[in-house]
Amino acid sequence: MGQLITKLKKEIIEVLNLEDVGPDEIETGAPLFGDGLGLDSIDALELIVLLEKNYGIKIDDPKKGKDVFYSIQTMADYIEKSRL
Amino acid sequence: MGNETERMVGCYISRSCSIIGTNVFVDGCIDFNQDQFVDFNTFIKSVYKHYGIGFLKFYKMDSLSKLAFLTSEILLMGRSLQQKYRPEDTGIVLINSSSTLETDTRYFHTIEDKSNYFPSPAVFVYTLPNIMVGEIAIRNKIMGENITFVAEKYDPQFLYEYVNLLMSGKIKSCICGWVEFEPNRSFYESFIYLVEKDDITNRNIKFEASFLEKNYHDLKV
Amino acid sequence: MVYIAGDNVITSLGFSTAENMWKIREHVCGITRSDDKRISRTPVPVSMVDSDRLEEEFEKIPSEKEYTRLEKLAILSIRDALLGSGVDGSDKRTGIIFSTTKGNIDLLETDLASQYEDHRIHLWSAANEIRKYIGNPNIPIVISNACISGSLAILVGQRLINNGKYDHVIVAGADIMSEFIVSGFQSFQAVSQEPCKPFDKDRSGITIGEGAGTIILTTDPYVGKKNSRITVMGGGTSNDANHISGPSRTGNGLYLAINMALTETGLQVGEIDYISAHGTGTGYNDEMEAKAIAWASLERKPVNSFKGYIGHTLGAAGIIESVYAFESMTGNLLFPSMGFAKLGVSKELNIIKSLDQAPLHHCLKLASGFGGCNSAVIYRKE
Repeated sequence: MGQLITKLKKEIIEVLNLEDVGPDEIETGAPLFGDGLGLDSIDALELIVLLEKNYGIKIDDPKKGKDVFYSIQTMADYIEKSRL
Repeated sequence: MGNETERMVGCYISRSCSIIGTNVFVDGCIDFNQDQFVDFNTFIKSVYKHYGIGFLKFYKMDSLSKLAFLTSEILLMGRSLQQKYRPEDTGIVLINSSSTLETDTRYFHTIEDKSNYFPSPAVFVYTLPNIMVGEIAIRNKIMGENITFVAEKYDPQFLYEYVNLLMSGKIKSCICGWVEFEPNRSFYESFIYLVEKDDITNRNIKFEASFLEKNYHDLKV
Repeated sequence: MVYIAGDNVITSLGFSTAENMWKIREHVCGITRSDDKRISRTPVPVSMVDSDRLEEEFEKIPSEKEYTRLEKLAILSIRDALLGSGVDGSDKRTGIIFSTTKGNIDLLETDLASQYEDHRIHLWSAANEIRKYIGNPNIPIVISNACISGSLAILVGQRLINNGKYDHVIVAGADIMSEFIVSGFQSFQAVSQEPCKPFDKDRSGITIGEGAGTIILTTDPYVGKKNSRITVMGGGTSNDANHISGPSRTGNGLYLAINMALTETGLQVGEIDYISAHGTGTGYNDEMEAKAIAWASLERKPVNSFKGYIGHTLGAAGIIESVYAFESMTGNLLFPSMGFAKLGVSKELNIIKSLDQAPLHHCLKLASGFGGCNSAVIYRKE
């Protein structure tokens, strides 16, 4: 899980163009869509693409996306669950 | 044609900013430059850092928007349009040549390989040349007349005429100019002007096609 | 004063204004389901111009070189609009404005691109081919401003005539179907799996369309096959200054544009007889538009969207839909908003549900687009 979390943080930084943000600066349990990282609706769509591209998981319902992308932790949990 | 001259209102250029090659010009003088030629991405990031912009969304923009946005940021430094004008009283008029061809190509790469097909919304949104105007509007809360023209070559006379038309009753200030980013990444240039009804700076730089023309040629040399 | 001397539209409903209006009267929907994998990986509703007919129509006119799909649409449209307009397309006092979002975007595909010069991918190049064919001597003014491009083109044309720069202006717009566009909007989850339903409770996104539209503007009230009863009174553009793809949640930007139009024309809210909305069929746009209309105290005015008939024709939309609005005004007809069954926005709009008649003197045309832009134009029937 730890490895996955670090991997996710690096991927998000790259895919969402979060320059000047290091993986250690992203709190695993903190909400991604709030003041912290300043993510918006386009970032949410890109995370859907990321999940499909890097993990083969498709999210068709945007409402489901809200729960999955709450934090790095919820993303990692969802990926792990999908692997079972 | 008599009508035309009657409606022409005298306006002034309060400030100008241009980014050409590795130079940033403010009011015709070099304000920042990089001696070595570096690629656009590296250069534009160093400009961003040098001016201490601190707007993280900058990194999500495509090249054309980065160029237009940064030029506008430097143009407006120390000037609060929001304090002087209502949001609807400022307009934005930009002209461009290659539209977003560089970004179009980048987006196309996300869909051309059917076995690796992942259309990117973050790239797609920038495949419209008016997005650079949107970024400037959002940053500065500008809600007035806005438009993006595309032309083969920069025509200062046309820019002057259209902005003047808007300044004659529709807006009180205008961010206007020419921003071009050619897909062949070694060519890009921006010339953006802040036009206002009053001569704020007392330098008597009238907003005229001849000034735009001269400014363009002088800085490109 | 700026009059309409002539017009043309080319869409999935046909190749002339008359043909389009006949189909609209018959409540014909131009949206079909496409299985073409060159447009979309999965089947999707789209509004396509009949390709065979496009070639047939283009064969009928003289041409010495190869033209792209976009250029063919625009050339045919402008030619038809000029016919009987009484306006000389080759006159120096006739300006030419072209609106498009992506121009010859199909040329990004390598096998097509090899047939044309490198620069044909540029919007100004496509516009130049079109203006050369028409024989117009002026540099075309190209407007690429997302989905309000067409409406903006009409406004700019009107302003340049009022300013004395031109006596007439050819305002043409076109955009073609492409995988580029379809996949892009699909990546935004903005494409409906069913034909779009503007303002409806069950709406689920846009239907992408292609087409071309032309309006011939003139200072001369005596030219034109329609005897020039319709005028472009004025209008305004604004920016939400909120987000580059999401519309404002309050509708304040579009409301501002509506106010600009009313202020410029001196009209009172009560004088607007009909609203031709942008109405794309997305959750956000239609709700935003409803809010702006209500804020401007226009919610009781009959309103429709034409996108249920022809989809969203992007850079051509403002022009095509304005022509439909002119026809509505000329015939005092209120066409039903196709795809609408039950109100799905928070404001009680007066969506036109069935063909109706009413005296129409002033029409408000709305548009909004990516980049936070909005436009509002007012047309008058003399």
